[in-house]
Amino acid sequence: MLLQIKNLHVSINGKEILRGINLEVNKGEVHAIMGPNGTGKSTLANVIAGKEGYEITQGEILYNGKDIQKMPPEVRAQEGIFLGFQYPVEIPGVSMTNFMRTSLNEIRKYHGQEPIPAKEFLARMAEKKELVEITAKLTNRSVNEGFSGGEKKKNEIYQMAMLEPQLAILDETDSGLDIDALRIVANGVNKLKTSENATVVITHYQRLLDYIVPDFVHVLFEGKVVLSGGKELALELEEKGYDWIKKETEKR
Amino acid sequence: MAQDEKRLIEEVTQSEYKYGFVTDIETETAPKGLNEDTVRYISTQKNEPEWLLEHRLKAFRKWKEMEQPNWAHLKIAEIDFQDIIYYAAPKKKKELASLDEVDPELIDTFNKLGISLEEQKRLSNVAVDAVIDSVSVKTTFTDTLAKHGILFCSFSDAVKNYPDLVKKYLGMAVSPSDNFFAALNTAVFSDGSFCYIPKGVRSPMELSTYFRINAANTGQFERTLIIAEEGSYVSYMEGCTAPQRDENQLHAAIVEIIAMKDAEVKYSTVQNWYPGNKEGKGGIYNFVTKRGICKGDHSKISWTQVETGSAITWKYPSCILSGDNSVGEFYSVAVTNNYQQADTGSKMIHLGKNTKSTIISKGISAGHSNNSYRGLVKMTKRATNSRNYSQCDSLLLGDQCGAHTFPYIEGANKSSIIEHEATTSKISEDQLFYCQQRGISQESAVGLIVNGYAKEVLNKLPMEFAVEAQKLLSISLEGSVG
Repeated sequence: MLLQIKNLHVSINGKEILRGINLEVNKGEVHAIMGPNGTGKSTLANVIAGKEGYEITQGEILYNGKDIQKMPPEVRAQEGIFLGFQYPVEIPGVSMTNFMRTSLNEIRKYHGQEPIPAKEFLARMAEKKELVEITAKLTNRSVNEGFSGGEKKKNEIYQMAMLEPQLAILDETDSGLDIDALRIVANGVNKLKTSENATVVITHYQRLLDYIVPDFVHVLFEGKVVLSGGKELALELEEKGYDWIKKETEKR
Repeated sequence: MAQDEKRLIEEVTQSEYKYGFVTDIETETAPKGLNEDTVRYISTQKNEPEWLLEHRLKAFRKWKEMEQPNWAHLKIAEIDFQDIIYYAAPKKKKELASLDEVDPELIDTFNKLGISLEEQKRLSNVAVDAVIDSVSVKTTFTDTLAKHGILFCSFSDAVKNYPDLVKKYLGMAVSPSDNFFAALNTAVFSDGSFCYIPKGVRSPMELSTYFRINAANTGQFERTLIIAEEGSYVSYMEGCTAPQRDENQLHAAIVEIIAMKDAEVKYSTVQNWYPGNKEGKGGIYNFVTKRGICKGDHSKISWTQVETGSAITWKYPSCILSGDNSVGEFYSVAVTNNYQQADTGSKMIHLGKNTKSTIISKGISAGHSNNSYRGLVKMTKRATNSRNYSQCDSLLLGDQCGAHTFPYIEGANKSSIIEHEATTSKISEDQLFYCQQRGISQESAVGLIVNGYAKEVLNKLPMEFAVEAQKLLSISLEGSVG
């Protein structure tokens, strides 16, 4: 099992956001986590990636069977966890090329590998750019600086393509995208899928799932996974709306 | 003797950039303290002509009447100018001390830099004038340069071989009574570099000088004079390293540049002298006067500096834009960490018509340090249709450090334009996390972000210098986060 989350409780400044999450992700699977705003979707993504400011009060996160709670974020990344950010930050003056090379080489170093030869690196960049239909110019610019919303999201998928993570968590990658960008992003994700990796797509809308077909859909509500099912669950959700979830939960 | 000299220069330039070495050369030193006899002693040691001794004495008498300036945003422990040895000349016999005597932390830092002088020279076609303590041991590449008629030698040699040139230009940009530290330097300067580019000559290589402060308790008073004749061009690089010392060491250098009609001089500095330890103990006191005169029309002087070292930096590389249509530039990155203090910036004095100046200053403060930009842009009445653009950015790491900006503007004519922009920013948690999520450790992330922030200035450095500067920026900020 690639990722196993057991009874995870998380608080921010003493306020409980996640209230007992259980989730199991195997290699070769695509999972979608859906739910209304403010139910803890991004919190879950950030906690898996190791962002500061979250307190795990109960439960555990196992990645490849290892408890990663004490692992610094960069080590989690080096171990193969990738987070596609909802709001990618700008880093002025640092070119995408330099950023990616630094990133790739730090990950290689962790695995005892030599830095990637320049020629190989450039070839890889060219190949992956094509995958997400990114123009050459974008990679010469500073990280996310002056990128449009769509370009930023494409850039996240591009980085995922470059780093080839084992577990990719895409946090609202579809938000703010027009249909074309959405198709490109989804295409990228689909093409990167192998039997050795897994993707967790976090989304508010069913729309993205027209392009990325999940093996499992989980509905997150008030800090808990309240419903899990196959891809048809997403359609049902789309049809009935999140109010249906609220009512279902209240019934219990 | 020539053999010995050659071996010495090899040891200095080829040893793997082990900045921490205390070269155990027996030194002939002047007695502690400063009076007219000290000045005479130095002059005699160097077999100087009478006019130079007089020049020194005049400066010394001025200095005695002056007071150490206190307008900078710096806290400086009192300096006892009578407790300093003002002259140390290496005897030609030498012996290198063992590496064990040096602080391992320092060695570690130097290993991280990992650039040998020899390698730099080979890679980049650089001529190195290695200065150990106060006397230049040897100047390299002189022959190649001589073919182009370029004079590049130690200041002492220049006094011996080209006394007329030295006499004509010494003190032209920085007069002996310019300021307290300039007067001190003029009185006691020991050696330095001299560079003369004849009319119409473009220097075929970057000229470089590596300074070292060596003997304990020896103040370092370097003197550099660069003269670019009509239509000539030179790019000059100054790099500085110093071994660790507990006592604060005083350094007061002068650099003078004279650019004639259509001449261009690029002067680049990477300064990483010992900044003191994490508690703020020790470190170099660096009081430097650097000034260039754009004497001829259409001349250009460009200062680029990366300042990461010294406990105290007091330094304002400036341009006097005397010729019409002349151009002055100042690009600076100043990093302070722990308890370092820097008060640095530039002065652009516009005298000629249609003169242009640019100031780009990037301050980075971390730890408990203080980093100030201080600048003056002056448009005189005659300097019509002139322009200045100044941009002063400050980047803060942590909340114990300080960043300050003191821009002074004087405009005496209506056709000139002065623009000033300033920003202050912090490295955000989100930026750090973004980098970490891509497998980059927090420290590497800080290095990456800081280098990005300083890129505009680093791009102005000669290529091989830029690489070293980038590493230095990261190293000097280690331990500043987390």
